[in-house]
Amino acid sequence: MAKNINGFNLIGKPMAMTDARAKVTGLGKYADDLSVPGMLIGKILHSPYAHARIRCIDTSQAEALAGVKVTATGEDARNPYGILPIGHDERAFALGKALYIGDNIAAVAATSSEIAEQALDLIRVDYEQLPAWFDPEESMKASSNWINDERPQNVEKEYHHVFGDPDKGFAEADFLAEERYYAGEVNQAAMEPHATLAVWEPDNRLTVHSSTQVPFYLHRTIAAVCEMPMSQIRVIKPLIGGGFGGKSEIIPLEVAACVLAKKSRKPVKITYTREEVFLAHRGRPITIVYLKVGMARSGKITAVQARVIQDGGAYCGYGPVTVLYSGALLGAIYDIANVQYDGFRVLTNKPACGAMRGHGTVNVRFAFESILDQLSHQAGLDPLELRRRNLLKAPCITANSLRVTSYGLPECIERVFERSGWAAKRGKLPYGKGVGVACSHYVSGAANPIIRSNMPHTTVHIKVDRDAAVTVYTGASEIGQGSDTMQVQIVAEVLGVSTGRIRLVAADTELTPIDLGSYSSRVTFMAGNACLNAARDMREQIVAAVARKFGCAAEDFETRDGRISHKEDQSRNLSFDEAVAVALEFHGALTARGTYAPPETARGGKFKGAGVGPSPAYSYSAQVAEVTVDTETGQVRVDKIVAAHDCGKALNPLTVEGQIEGSVYMGFGQALQEDMVWKDGRLMNPSLLEYRIPATKENPEIESIIVESIDPEGPFGAKEAGEGSLAATIPAIANAIFDAVGVRINSIPITPDKILDALREKQKSAAGNKANASKKPVVAGVSR
Amino acid sequence: MHLQVNGEDREIAVAPNRLLLDALREDLGLTGSKRGCDDSSCGCCAVLVDGTPILSCVALAASYERREIITVEGLGSLGELDPVQEGYAEMGGAQCGYCTPGFMIATKALLDRNPNPTMDEIREALSGNLCRCTGYMQIYESVKYAIEKLRAKSAAQVPATR
Repeated sequence: MAKNINGFNLIGKPMAMTDARAKVTGLGKYADDLSVPGMLIGKILHSPYAHARIRCIDTSQAEALAGVKVTATGEDARNPYGILPIGHDERAFALGKALYIGDNIAAVAATSSEIAEQALDLIRVDYEQLPAWFDPEESMKASSNWINDERPQNVEKEYHHVFGDPDKGFAEADFLAEERYYAGEVNQAAMEPHATLAVWEPDNRLTVHSSTQVPFYLHRTIAAVCEMPMSQIRVIKPLIGGGFGGKSEIIPLEVAACVLAKKSRKPVKITYTREEVFLAHRGRPITIVYLKVGMARSGKITAVQARVIQDGGAYCGYGPVTVLYSGALLGAIYDIANVQYDGFRVLTNKPACGAMRGHGTVNVRFAFESILDQLSHQAGLDPLELRRRNLLKAPCITANSLRVTSYGLPECIERVFERSGWAAKRGKLPYGKGVGVACSHYVSGAANPIIRSNMPHTTVHIKVDRDAAVTVYTGASEIGQGSDTMQVQIVAEVLGVSTGRIRLVAADTELTPIDLGSYSSRVTFMAGNACLNAARDMREQIVAAVARKFGCAAEDFETRDGRISHKEDQSRNLSFDEAVAVALEFHGALTARGTYAPPETARGGKFKGAGVGPSPAYSYSAQVAEVTVDTETGQVRVDKIVAAHDCGKALNPLTVEGQIEGSVYMGFGQALQEDMVWKDGRLMNPSLLEYRIPATKENPEIESIIVESIDPEGPFGAKEAGEGSLAATIPAIANAIFDAVGVRINSIPITPDKILDALREKQKSAAGNKANASKKPVVAGVSR
Repeated sequence: MHLQVNGEDREIAVAPNRLLLDALREDLGLTGSKRGCDDSSCGCCAVLVDGTPILSCVALAASYERREIITVEGLGSLGELDPVQEGYAEMGGAQCGYCTPGFMIATKALLDRNPNPTMDEIREALSGNLCRCTGYMQIYESVKYAIEKLRAKSAAQVPATR
């Protein structure tokens, strides 16, 4: 192993993922690949109505069908649950009312999936239809027939925050922009549809294999719903075929499988169809943003005012957190003293939204970065320069009490400025071609846990025994992002051994200590730090024994290349195997542990809702998109996106680049083509054929640039890489479209019809003004 | 009926409406081929039939008697990965890995008929497969890795003339 220039053996080097061979041979097992003898197949009956009282359910005919072993309805599991302690409004199956088309009414488990399907048709449900709410702004006006009786006017939650003095800030502004933005609803569309196998064990325990990003929250929820002690339940996370937040709360099939398994005392597997994935949803909500920003002649932003309405669907889910993130991350990327935020999470009779990649920040970032572009044109200032003039000076505390420890945004901006050829292209490309810039940021894990406590967010155990293998027990959930590989790298680096010596046991509630899960981009920072602490503990124990053997001080030794060697006297050294034997003789057993909890100073302010937004560190991104707009068809082609991302320190550049590119890709999809189309509460495109995620032919070329700000508290300086880049992509494309053809589209996805409408509008007003035919921007907005 | 899968003759009893994907996954235990959609839009279930990639989720098992089927499990072995598998493992082509079997099948079919594809040909050959993780850039790197590997391999096999 060659030592690389930064002094690390493994950190900072591109490394294939540790589970890559399992994946490329087809031998790795995802939840739906698992089966056990006697396994039943479960199917769920969904509501055909958007809002309906359930008068009665008759399952007797279904139960009489040969092969059907058990049925279940709301009466079988009455305890409510939900990911947030303030939002326990879901149940295994609807009790009393169905709240959306697709709501869970009943389930069956049978010896085959065909029989289970047939049985669903035999369940008789007597519904009484109720008036339903589909538009969030209409829903907020409801005076009766509320979706949840405890949520008057169908408002799940509202927050009102004022930082600094917005009135004064607006009075000081030389330029003012005020717009309405609209973002359509999008779904994670992970390639793996959800699946859960719940196995009732001979000793009356329950083992659950599930496609989850949060095995430990699932563990708690099953205990509550099934009325079993947590000690009798084991949750195991197999390989996960992508999450993006769609598996980061408890999904109806998970509780349904457990209820059926407990009732039948048999193993039950449920796998969603793709349509069911869309109906379980938890994607990014329709968001309406009324945004006003004031700017001084200098380019300094003087005040921000935002009113944000999110269409949350029928259940709470992560809703209050989403709407809080939208406020907390709105202005905190820049140095802005005066901010007013009014956020509303509204209930409608549609599937519940959730925590999709870039949770809460993406749609407000689209609005904010678009309006900055507009202001820069009003002021005759280069939009990239405008951003330079509003940077934070880290370390600092933002107006809304977020602690910023490292801030690579300035470098991100300069890198994309150079790599995109910005100076030569902005405003200078021929009509139909343009470039746009935008920035974004994201948390490296939430500083406050969902369920408030002072316990660690992650704990890692390491065991070394006579085989000199290093076994790492971690709760962190690999979902394809490289969680396992990152932890193997860190432990191997600290112990100075090859990665082949490390065995990782992960995300199994019976074997591994707790990690809160793979959400809010927390794994590298939090599980990484816990791993680092555990590995240092193990290293200390081994080195102490070796030093004692040679009669030297522990500080005199280094661990490198599979040896523990005296720094000056190279003859005093032991191989790792020999050192382990010496250490076992001295200590008896070699076990180490590490934990991580964010420091008190990172946990944010004291106002209501201050708990969401604080993170031990923030990632930053700047992007330039280059587009070609066909003015005949309205079609937009994104030729290239240059994306620079400050991840603190790239522990594994291969996976960091993969995360940046994946984020940009997902932003591209939302910008131009992904949209859940609703008609009276019915999803009109619940398939990958009609809900179009980008394929190879549409996807732009992406150039990813890693910026390393070296965070003082991150493991080896690392911060998040998996989410922060997504939000910048959408406004970068929207701003590039303006540069190309002079129209602003304030509604995503930016489909050809919106472009054509805006171009026609522009032509009309240009004709009216007898303006010259040059590329002078005439603003024509489209905002649904 | 008899299915020839990965060079082996397998005998199974299937209903006439049994999908090839279900026969592979449930009757033969070859769970490497995945189901990602219900309407032939994602490519996760792709397998080679006589060298051509098909979507096994919209194919009836009974129609494939005596056809040579290769699934991801038959691309290479743990002892010797196929260069395509190596590429996807080494270059980040597999993140969550769920779409990877389908992508590798499409890549294998492409490189078997065209060992030196252009970027456009690669994009075209992979356009029937969806990946939600990578943004495709590292998939292209994976394919290029396989191309290089195959080139080196065939160069080594050609005895030096002159």
